[in-house]
Amino acid sequence: MSSITSQEIKVEFLKSKIGIAGIAILSVLIFTSIIVVVVIPVDTFKEWNNPGNWISYPKVAIPVWINLFLSEKIPEHKILNTPNVNYDVSGDTSITSHQFGVNFDYGDFPNDFIYEFSAKYSGTPLLQMDVIRPDGIQLKLLSTSLPYSDSNSIHSERIFSTDNAIRKNLYLQSNKFLFSINNLSVEDIVFSKTENHEPLKGNYIFLIKMYGSDSENQISESKLIIGGKAFGIMGTDELRRDLAAGLLWGTPLALFIGLVVAIASVIMGLLYGVYAGYRGKKTDETMMRFNDVIYALPALPFLIILSVTISNSIFVMIGFLMIFGWVGIAKVARSMALQIKTRGYVEAANMMGQKDSKIVLRHILPQLLPYAFASIAISVPAAITTEAGLSFLGLGDPSFPTWGQILHDANVYGAAARGLWWWIMPPGVMIAITGLAFVFIGNALDAIVNPKLKR
Amino acid sequence: MTLKRYVATRLITMFGVLMITLLITIALVGSNMDSILKQGVVFQVRSEITENPAIAESFSSVDEFELFIQTQIEQRIKTLGLDEPWYSPQRIGLTMYKILFLDFGHATFLTSDSGSSDVKEIILEKLPRTILLFTTATIIISVIGIFLGALAGSKAGSILDRITSSFAIISSSFPVWWIGMLMIFVFSFVYHIFPARATPLIPSSDPSYIGSLLYHMTLPLITIVIIGFGSWAYLVRNFIVGIMQEDFIIAKKTMGINQKKIIYTHALKNAAPPIVTILALSLSGSLGGAIITEAVFDWPGMGRLYFEAITVMDLPVIIGATYILTVFFLISIFVADLLYGYFDPRVRTG
Repeated sequence: MSSITSQEIKVEFLKSKIGIAGIAILSVLIFTSIIVVVVIPVDTFKEWNNPGNWISYPKVAIPVWINLFLSEKIPEHKILNTPNVNYDVSGDTSITSHQFGVNFDYGDFPNDFIYEFSAKYSGTPLLQMDVIRPDGIQLKLLSTSLPYSDSNSIHSERIFSTDNAIRKNLYLQSNKFLFSINNLSVEDIVFSKTENHEPLKGNYIFLIKMYGSDSENQISESKLIIGGKAFGIMGTDELRRDLAAGLLWGTPLALFIGLVVAIASVIMGLLYGVYAGYRGKKTDETMMRFNDVIYALPALPFLIILSVTISNSIFVMIGFLMIFGWVGIAKVARSMALQIKTRGYVEAANMMGQKDSKIVLRHILPQLLPYAFASIAISVPAAITTEAGLSFLGLGDPSFPTWGQILHDANVYGAAARGLWWWIMPPGVMIAITGLAFVFIGNALDAIVNPKLKR
Repeated sequence: MTLKRYVATRLITMFGVLMITLLITIALVGSNMDSILKQGVVFQVRSEITENPAIAESFSSVDEFELFIQTQIEQRIKTLGLDEPWYSPQRIGLTMYKILFLDFGHATFLTSDSGSSDVKEIILEKLPRTILLFTTATIIISVIGIFLGALAGSKAGSILDRITSSFAIISSSFPVWWIGMLMIFVFSFVYHIFPARATPLIPSSDPSYIGSLLYHMTLPLITIVIIGFGSWAYLVRNFIVGIMQEDFIIAKKTMGINQKKIIYTHALKNAAPPIVTILALSLSGSLGGAIITEAVFDWPGMGRLYFEAITVMDLPVIIGATYILTVFFLISIFVADLLYGYFDPRVRTG
């Protein structure tokens, strides 16, 4: 094997379809990682487990693209934060009005709606909320006075569709509907046809007006959320988190973990094995006994105990994975070194009085490089799946949204038994694709290094 | 080196590994263990005194009473040997001695199905189920793998060979537990064929328990087999491809011996040593993987026990389960080594 030069490897590798496929997948993953790292600021990592960050998102929403395949569309979750703002002063009252247009053409009622706002005012202005439906009917939803404030303080509030005042207001207008709207929830009434209880499709306008005596009154932030059952490219999970964000953030993490563990353990294994093989005799014997001990330790139970008792920080975990990663490589490297050291040029260098370290680094290690690259590629998937497995057991670093972490949450909330496929499928597929990229590259390299398997 | 000496050195190494594993485990959980045990003593003394109000009444002042409690606690801590730190040689020696003879003490939180908190009983109850699931799976995997591998290897380059090889490569990069989640999704949610949780609901004393256990076992079994047999077939295929290029096989071919006969008698026989070795190793490897697989399927075996013990930090169970897992792991490595040494004499001299 050692007679292959790196030039030959390159040529051979470019001939192998499977190797090219691996490189292609890997490039896509690396490209994604770079974009994620550049576009998404690092601070957002920390927001993954902060429920406040995800509050305006829906619970367990299905991916939006599923609507392309359905005739009766699942209501999408809509977050509207660019209202049409009008400002009017008539006499000594000022009217600030915010208008939200919603195009609703779904086969089901939305889950709820929430109006979120921050207002700056003095006195006790009146807030009025109406909806103009596609059929021209205007429903009064709410009219309430905001709490008194004498200075220009900022008041923030969320108005939920479950608000009892809204429900009562709607019951007062029940004569507009031909069926009984008692016991129906607010969103089921607002978005319903008047003749029977079915969703009415078309353009809705939500109108929010604030009447005040002071011309300084204004609504600074204004957001209307129509709670749907579909959201984003990848949907959301039980904790309202956008899975697309989690999956994207998982890519650089997985590559980082996989590559660091693989490269470090291969280097460690190579140096250890080659040194033991080259020195031979007692050194070899003791070093290989130590190797046997590590080899015989049951890795997963140990990784579990280590992560529970010492630390589950992702960097410490990488260190633990390395402890178990280098052993097999050291064994192979040693047996290769045993062969190579009997070759003429190594013996010649030895006789010329070159230092051991120089012989190992100059003459033996370069011969093992093709094998080293193949083993790096082959070790990466193992590192990624082990880390994912530990995270899946809930022993991973909770501050990083790795794919294993997402699957752990999915398992905790019983996603499989509840049929939430969009929570289970993508993380696993990502783990597998990343693994496959490296397995492809590893296999292509392996076939070059060990020509016997090629046939 | 003779075979006897080879076996002896392997045995000594294995025993050394076992001791080191135990030492590391105790070192990792020891300090936690001490504080938990001490809390237990305090709790025990306090509850004994509250149960028996006569003791409290016999003291005239609060200080005297507190002093009495304090001395009681200290006495018991001393009799249990907890006054010395966990890393003192006597205590480590004693703990290791006890564990060596399977005396793991009592679990802090977990109990067996029959309600016993003796760690040995808990483990003895769970262990057979893990062995049942994973041994069955490994046997099925190896049978499918060997036949498929032999078939693919004898027709290297054929469509079957390509399908087997690519299936092996693809299946090996999927985590078993993820496939498990998918299987639960498909077979328990979409088609209600198998239950999502693999723990039977009826008590283990019921006569229909075994049947129910086997029914609950189907889904995890299928999952492990699907993920496992591909890489087996690929391995066997590679051995066969190598052997089919050997001179003696080519000679047999030219003699006109039936292709099937060559594969199943001559080629497989020559590939047997590595295959048997890997079989022994994969059995132990599957025990490690059992922790995650059993957690997904909720299979009531060693793996889930381990996982539960970790989540509630039940230290005696953790130590006991680690010990048992290590013993099994070492035994299979040992068996694999022996087989390898037996089949391939070069190893013994190596």
